Amino acid sequence: MRSADRPLSPHLQIYRWQLTSVLSILHRAAGVALSAGAVLLVWWLVAAASGPDAYDGVANFLGSWLGLLLLFGWTLSLFYHLCNGIRHLVWDTGHGLDLKSTYFGGWLVVGGTSVLTLIAWIVGIYSWVS
Amino acid sequence: MRSPLGRAVGLGSAKEGVEHWWLQRITAVALVPLSLWFVIAIIRLVGADVDTVGDWVGRPLPAILLVLLLIATFYHAALGLQVVIEDYVHAELTKLGLVIVARLGCFALAVAGIFAVLSMAVGMSS
Repeated sequence: MRSADRPLSPHLQIYRWQLTSVLSILHRAAGVALSAGAVLLVWWLVAAASGPDAYDGVANFLGSWLGLLLLFGWTLSLFYHLCNGIRHLVWDTGHGLDLKSTYFGGWLVVGGTSVLTLIAWIVGIYSWVS
Repeated sequence: MRSPLGRAVGLGSAKEGVEHWWLQRITAVALVPLSLWFVIAIIRLVGADVDTVGDWVGRPLPAILLVLLLIATFYHAALGLQVVIEDYVHAELTKLGLVIVARLGCFALAVAGIFAVLSMAVGMSS
């Protein structure tokens, strides 16, 4: 059998989803999303440096529904990648690698991401309206 | 006919793996305070016009922190994207092409962002 024909493990179709593996792949997805979001950051900075017309273009886009949706996804990805990144850094020191700790840390990351995203948007919308 | 293992045994590593891993961590540590600061700063700028944004970016502390944020972000992104590409793209030529595009793209975006920040900072003092 050629190596390309060999079955892959884990068998994703019958694999039971677990918090740990879901958070693991979400960390990558969030990282890729943030790379795209970084393009937005540069666009915003270059537009601000270019003048009022260019800046209004970015500001109008970011204020549109699509823009707000992207910003929400960006905030969520940022806080998730940040919280889970800290979890990874803790693991790098050799701590918290047992099953119980990985689940505890995982739920902590889910909670932290939700709370931080909510706070950012509540404060953001409040300062926008007032 | 030698197996891939047979060809590699005795040669040692390329001695570059640790560098990639380590720089990913260093930039990650830098990005913890930088990205938190950035989110807070951005929320305070919600609804601001171009002059307000330009004035803020041009001040020394925001300008310095933004340049650091851009360097850490795009260094971290280049390393991370490379790992993702290497893991999922198995055609050698496509893989190489994508890694080059990711690297050059991150470098170009970092330069563009830093230039924008510096031009606003210089515009302030003149």
